[in-house]
Amino acid sequence: MDSTIIIEKGIFIVIIFAITMLMAMYSTLAERKVAAWLQDRIGPNRAGKGGILQPLADGLKLFSKEEFLPDTPNKFLFVVGPAISMSVALMTSAVIPWGDKLHLFGRDIILQATDIDVSILYIFGVLSVGVYGIMIGGWASNNKFSLMSAMRAASQMISYEVAMGLSIIALLMMEGTLSLREISANQSGMHWNVFYQPIGFIIFLVCSFAETNRTPFDLAECEAELIGGYHTEYSSMRMGFYLFAEYASMFISSTILAVLYFGGYNYPGMEWAVENWGVNPANVIGIVVLFIKICFFIFFFMWVRWTIPRFRYDQLMRLGWKILIPLAIANIVVTGVVILLFDS
Amino acid sequence: MSIETISLSGRKKEVSNKKMTFLESLYLVAIVKGLFITIKHLFTRKVTIKYPEQVRPMSPVYRGQHMLMRDDEGRERCTACGLCALSCPAEAITMKAEERKPDEKHLYREEKYASIYEINMLRCIFCGLCEEACPKQAIYLTTSKKIVKADYDRGEFIYGKDKLVMPLEQALNNTKLKTAN
Repeated sequence: MDSTIIIEKGIFIVIIFAITMLMAMYSTLAERKVAAWLQDRIGPNRAGKGGILQPLADGLKLFSKEEFLPDTPNKFLFVVGPAISMSVALMTSAVIPWGDKLHLFGRDIILQATDIDVSILYIFGVLSVGVYGIMIGGWASNNKFSLMSAMRAASQMISYEVAMGLSIIALLMMEGTLSLREISANQSGMHWNVFYQPIGFIIFLVCSFAETNRTPFDLAECEAELIGGYHTEYSSMRMGFYLFAEYASMFISSTILAVLYFGGYNYPGMEWAVENWGVNPANVIGIVVLFIKICFFIFFFMWVRWTIPRFRYDQLMRLGWKILIPLAIANIVVTGVVILLFDS
Repeated sequence: MSIETISLSGRKKEVSNKKMTFLESLYLVAIVKGLFITIKHLFTRKVTIKYPEQVRPMSPVYRGQHMLMRDDEGRERCTACGLCALSCPAEAITMKAEERKPDEKHLYREEKYASIYEINMLRCIFCGLCEEACPKQAIYLTTSKKIVKADYDRGEFIYGKDKLVMPLEQALNNTKLKTAN
């Protein structure tokens, strides 16, 4: 391992970190704008041109708020909760392939922080840690509503992780690899997985809504029943971390959806572009294409939020255990049969 | 016709509690329909009025802040008869009358005028009865086209003649417009 690779990866990680933060920041603005547009309003437009500085103003406001600690026996856990949420939301981006490669300074730069061969397992592992952030925060708040909300979130996330994992298995059977890089590469041309695994995609989509605690599955923040949910007792930037982590994990979920099912950085005519325009322009277009796909999914998350009302808790559990899991298992069986019959 | 089947509005819908079919129980069709309804609103015209820059047009019968009118020569019309105060159901109007001096003929139309005229805007219910009671057509709630502004101090809401009387320039302008027509 020479020092150039450390520098290269270091710069790359800083860039990914900055982009994730930027996307999460502007997702908050986009959420408010999309909400407004879908309701025939304009949305925030006072801070900067068209409201472009609104996220900065929101952040400034959160920083200047009083940092309040409730009378809880466990102040350490109270502080650790939002930190876990935030770091987990950021850790996942380490294994995402943002593009194929760039040819700079006479060397090939792979556009991925680390290319581990079990990246999907890594993502699932990190995602399941995310529930600790909510659980610990709700527990340490010393508030019945927070605790109930945290319990709801925990049982919801654990239930939907099962269906999510099962929906992925069918995909892995097709691909024969756990590496996101290879899965991306296999989808070159228009061989996007969504065309081969439509049911798996729908299950994965529904589960990622549940995993990020977004509407229609945002029972953890059900205002009418639970005040603010697990972050009722939080204020200032700790509260900001929880809210920010939600948007960061929404960005990461959108990225995973785009990479696993919508071809990642691939776009039709990519090989032709590599041959005729060179490696760098073709791959820069690839990165842009990936981000367009991600932005579409972020928009989709918001679109759904302002369309569908919240599920009831028993409906949520029934959907998870009685519909999605059997559907995912049936999908695995059908995929296995098809592979056996047609893939010699 | 039995009473259950009558629908005066013509929009009556029977509520059915039948069991959902399998396709309906997946909610997918309904969700896609809902998504199309919301996406349509993304492209419709926005109804927001950008308030400080853009002001909503007021209805001609809107009752806002009162205005004490001037006549064509710019003289105050009010003669301090007190009928407005008498008609006011909220007891919001008080005034003090004074006799017009000979050298004040260009200021006041009648021989008696209101030296103090106050309306308590916190009490006023903007019913317009003062406007109806006025025999001299001196008080109007429609001409100022103003809403009473919010304030931090209760005392500020007692509006005197400085805020209520029509500005002289406006009166002269009105006269000019009238003679031009």
